[in-house]
Amino acid sequence: MRLSKAWMVASKDFKTFSKRKNILYSSIYFEAIVSIGLPFIIRYMTGKPNAVAAIPFILSAFSFLFVIGAALLPVGIASYSLIGEKVQKSLEPLLATPTTDEEILVGKSIAAFLPALGTNLVGALIFTTLVDLFTYNTLKSLYYPNWDIVIIVFLLGPLASLLSVGYNVLISSRSNDVRSAQQLGALIMLPLGAVYVLSEFKVLNLTTNNLLIGAAVLVAIDVIVFYLVKATFQREEILTKWK
Amino acid sequence: MNMLEVRNLTKKFGEITAVDALTFSVAEGEVFGLLGPNGAGKTTTIRMLCCLISKTSGEAQVAGYHIGNKTDSLAIRKLIGLVPDNIGLYEELSAYENLDYYGKLYECPERERREKIEYFLKMMELWEKKDQPVSDYSKGMKQKVAIVRALIHDPKLLFFDEPTANLDPESSRVVRDFILRLKKEGKTIFINTHNLGEAQRICDRIGILKTKLLAVNTPEQLEKSVWGSRTEVQVEKVSNRILAAVRKLKPQDLSVEENRIILTVADPQKQNPDFVQAIVSAGGRIQYVTQLTPGLEETYLKVIEETK
Repeated sequence: MRLSKAWMVASKDFKTFSKRKNILYSSIYFEAIVSIGLPFIIRYMTGKPNAVAAIPFILSAFSFLFVIGAALLPVGIASYSLIGEKVQKSLEPLLATPTTDEEILVGKSIAAFLPALGTNLVGALIFTTLVDLFTYNTLKSLYYPNWDIVIIVFLLGPLASLLSVGYNVLISSRSNDVRSAQQLGALIMLPLGAVYVLSEFKVLNLTTNNLLIGAAVLVAIDVIVFYLVKATFQREEILTKWK
Repeated sequence: MNMLEVRNLTKKFGEITAVDALTFSVAEGEVFGLLGPNGAGKTTTIRMLCCLISKTSGEAQVAGYHIGNKTDSLAIRKLIGLVPDNIGLYEELSAYENLDYYGKLYECPERERREKIEYFLKMMELWEKKDQPVSDYSKGMKQKVAIVRALIHDPKLLFFDEPTANLDPESSRVVRDFILRLKKEGKTIFINTHNLGEAQRICDRIGILKTKLLAVNTPEQLEKSVWGSRTEVQVEKVSNRILAAVRKLKPQDLSVEENRIILTVADPQKQNPDFVQAIVSAGGRIQYVTQLTPGLEETYLKVIEETK
């Protein structure tokens, strides 16, 4: 596999997305709310009694939203990247070029993965900066950076993004409509959302150890999804069976 | 040298045979047309030859490379250009961006890519609109860009799948003229088409496909082999005496439609004067003598009809 070829495919998709701003906007609204909106809730809490005990617990749950965001961000891009090609019927000429299935698949994955990774990193940076700014006087120390946010942003987030990209490739292979694919693709959030809700209800503690166990589970799921995607993304399958 | 060599090429989708034991060859510089009704297997054939789908059995070589072999498949895709039945351009991107992307995928060096895009877009009279999104283009303009896309890497063999389908007559003519220009330049071209007039005008040889290859020949020879040489003699009034005189000369076939006697003869140049003389001697007054040329459409329909 030649990475340069995969990068050509990804670059073309970046160019397309830059001309279809609605795809980018629809992808980043969640990240904007989490990274800018939530610190203001924390700021409001700093004036309340027992804020010193409550803030770390709430922040631990809020941080996990960056895993959900990392999974949500590629949905719009990945579904458009493949269904857009299907709708415009551009897959046949693309597959007729001296480019392998793997190069096209990796290119499409990069196009969905990198913006998600970048947006999540920027979002986390804004979130942690604002939180530290708002809580320093109350907590008397900087809450961030800590190991939990590092694991979330640099391990769980990318793994969740990869899972989302793979899942959306599978969805796109069976869908003809960008909107329905995005709706189905967003279902990837459900198990992650469940983790968040359980943590809010103190059923599950998002400790550093638990986050690492979560990362190991995501690695295993990512490997399974990778093999499923590889089996689905075959040129004959694409031309004769993709609906 | 043959650019395409196909032997017993077969494709099955489950129990359904889409293409059955296709055997033909296409010489370098030849324009070969594949005619057939919808579902005859034309697109499946092109897709197999372009290494887009696998063969079930049989053999095919493109410029000496074997389809079905993974290493050869990449080499084949470098040598060929495909204009599929769906235009398949990226609507948000401009013509230049579309072509530049494909130029990169076909591994054309940057300078060569730039020069070729400029050359072809100027030739197609699209240079002034090169930076406009393709979504603003008419269908004919998009088809021109799709053709340039297939030419950007200077392929040895070009595949056109229904190149003028859904185009208005003016755009069809532009596309047809461009294919004729490529033919003059010595490109080897393989065309799937429904348009029999187009096939007759462009193709050196024609194959009629309906899952199996029913006939392959030049348009003229195909007509001759299907219909034979037919002569129509229009007389003032057909009489039994005239018909008896004609029958004595033993034509291959004889039919009468009103005042026209239609004869199928083995060697028209040699036999027609004898028939004319016999009709005149039998008291017939000849109005016209015409060589019947049924045309590719009638020939095609007859070949397809015979399979039913």
